[in-house]
Amino acid sequence: MKRRDSFKAIGLGALATGLLLEGCREDAAKTTADAPDSPKTADAPANEAGRQPFEIARDKELHAATFFTPHEMATITTLADIIIPKDEKSGSASDAKVPEFIGFIVKDMPEHQLPMRGGLRWLDLQCATRYGQPFVSCSSPQQLEMVTKIAYPKKATPDMQAGVAFFNRMRDLTATGFFSSKMGIADIGYAGNTPNRWTGVPDDVLKQYGFEHNS
Amino acid sequence: MAGTDNFHIKKTGTVYDAVIVGSGAGGGMAGYVLAHAGLKVLMLEAGPFFDPRKDAQQLKFSYESPRRGASTTRPFGDFDAAYGGWQLDGEPYTTKDNTQFDWFRARMLGGRTNHWGRISLRMGPKDFKSHHIDGLTDDWPITYDDVKPFYDKVDRLIGVYGTAEGLENEPDGIFMAPPKPRLNELFIKRGANKVGVPVLPGRGSVLTEALPGNKDRGVCFYCGQCGRSCKVYADFSASSCLVIPALKTGNLTVIPHAMVREVLTGANGLATGVSYVDKNDLQEYEVKGKVVILGASAGESARLLLNSKSTSHPNGLANSSGVVGKYIHDSTGASLSGFLPQLMDRKRYNEDGVGSVHIYTPWWLDNKKLDFPRGYHIEYGGGMHMPAYGFGSGIQKLNGLVPGRDGKMKEAGGFGASLKDDYRRFYGTQVGMAGRGTAIARESNYCEIDPDVVDKYGIPVLRFHYKRTDDEIKQAKHMQETFQSIMHGMGATITSKIPGADTNYGLEAPGRIIHEVGTVRMGDDPKKSALNKWCQAHDCRNLFVVDAAPFVQQGDKNATWTILALSMRTSEYILDQRKRLILS
Repeated sequence: MKRRDSFKAIGLGALATGLLLEGCREDAAKTTADAPDSPKTADAPANEAGRQPFEIARDKELHAATFFTPHEMATITTLADIIIPKDEKSGSASDAKVPEFIGFIVKDMPEHQLPMRGGLRWLDLQCATRYGQPFVSCSSPQQLEMVTKIAYPKKATPDMQAGVAFFNRMRDLTATGFFSSKMGIADIGYAGNTPNRWTGVPDDVLKQYGFEHNS
Repeated sequence: MAGTDNFHIKKTGTVYDAVIVGSGAGGGMAGYVLAHAGLKVLMLEAGPFFDPRKDAQQLKFSYESPRRGASTTRPFGDFDAAYGGWQLDGEPYTTKDNTQFDWFRARMLGGRTNHWGRISLRMGPKDFKSHHIDGLTDDWPITYDDVKPFYDKVDRLIGVYGTAEGLENEPDGIFMAPPKPRLNELFIKRGANKVGVPVLPGRGSVLTEALPGNKDRGVCFYCGQCGRSCKVYADFSASSCLVIPALKTGNLTVIPHAMVREVLTGANGLATGVSYVDKNDLQEYEVKGKVVILGASAGESARLLLNSKSTSHPNGLANSSGVVGKYIHDSTGASLSGFLPQLMDRKRYNEDGVGSVHIYTPWWLDNKKLDFPRGYHIEYGGGMHMPAYGFGSGIQKLNGLVPGRDGKMKEAGGFGASLKDDYRRFYGTQVGMAGRGTAIARESNYCEIDPDVVDKYGIPVLRFHYKRTDDEIKQAKHMQETFQSIMHGMGATITSKIPGADTNYGLEAPGRIIHEVGTVRMGDDPKKSALNKWCQAHDCRNLFVVDAAPFVQQGDKNATWTILALSMRTSEYILDQRKRLILS
């Protein structure tokens, strides 16, 4: 259904529709013109209305900067896809450009930089000791064996604690990056952010949870 | 400073009928009433012009922000409407005696009303006259009945949803239909009722129906994003609902980027206008008005008065009593969160609803049976929100708590397809609750001018001194006990660390609830108050304050609806006084 039709369907007044469309047109044009997940969109937002000049300048500066080395980015990409792989419902973390998101967010929030850089280094050192090579060069079974040691906080041995803290952060950033992407939002089934008329919990759902009526 | 070789103060000959400082709920309402009555009004705003229709970030998806909506530059997220925050570049404030007060300032047309929660509660009869209850606080010089007609007019002018309940201290308004509860809210209601806590439909300034007689505002289309401000003007922002309509009268002039330095007075002690620095050209200006109205916020209005010293007003303007800055108080606040295991794998549908509260709990207990004064209301949250920065964080604290799809308990944490599925399973199960309670107005809590610090414009800044007492701490303790019993009543699993005595039971620092009021209080006695019952300065009859500064004592209610009613009341008083030629 086109947006204009959907307005009619939900019975919004002509006025509200007109006002809203004026505001949405740029957004809609942008959504079709660029893949919203691509870093390009983030680099040059089509619609900067309402953004403060210092925010626009800051974003530009951040996009131009680089924090992670190519080796670190490769490690992040491998880890992200181990955390969120492709399955029957949606693609992998890297399909949703999660590594690019993590590359940006550490510049936006510098508090992530040291734990991420140090954690990646810790991981490489562990792998060098165990398997004689950095994490990305390890075989898939070796990578999974290593990750298993740090992915379960309650089971992890004390010598793995630094790795657990790193992996918790890496898992959080991967999940946030994935499920806030266009692919992830579709996967999780968020159905909002669109004009509609809220009339309460659907009847079948009320019934499912034993609520007789919606009030 | 640029242009120092050309440093002089620019003065204009125009004398406005009224000069208003600030464009939020208080200043915006004064501008609306006076401009519609035909007065020539000048409004000065310290931030940029803001029109939600063009500037709101409404209906953007998280991925349209490179930080996915995170709060790096805007404290309530990348799409939130407020320009500003707890700290402003070049505009500091300080604290003394190791106390804490966090001051949120929004520099923009409409101020903080562009992003507020739209929770629109009237203060009740007991909130205006509370001295007899426990002797802790002074009464307002006015009663609920004095303000009721203005609450009614605000309801009609702006629109508010809710239900008539007939409760003594939660006065009913002229309500539109409230939004139906979401699924999590039905569980909350069921759980709360089980443990004796009432839950009512919310009260919010969002148009769930067309506003009679108003062609400029659209009806809510349920995106749940009032915090971003509404492009169709379906929620109340002072920008969209007051200032922009007032501009259409042709009687209002708005100067944005105008940081007011002081209120100017003449030899007779009356206000003649204000001086300001233009934040863009850094030039100094003076403008004249027959009446000066401050709506700069409780903090800024006190700062302005204290910085307006003259031979007639050596202690600062309107401050012969010495009360300006004193009695500052901000609502108490504490919260708890958890999730509903019975909502795992719930069906997906759009439940964005409105961006204000669908349900709330008004204060329901008798303080005679409690160990703290006054009360709090509870606001609730949860459900299937748009995933944004922070989504999925801390899954290792959740996914070991419930059985997997195969019925077996899982090891917390993990990775891979099974973890990916866990995020789906937990989506929309969260539930949270937050108390907002009455803080006692105390003379010993105050803001004053810091003698040593100026902002980048050379204006002396505020210094805060604010201490919580057992009254507020015990209230927070009670909130936590209530929250836990509601959580248990609804079968939720609490995920927050339950705050104990070491953190004052999660009591937020003063200022954090952004309900600060009381710095230029009203009263009948000029020795104990700065303003009379019309919000008119005892010491200066053509000076008025219309923000939250005149509050004598807050209730647990959010301040905005009362600011609007009082500002309308004061504005009509100004019109009446002009008719009688008392104010020229």
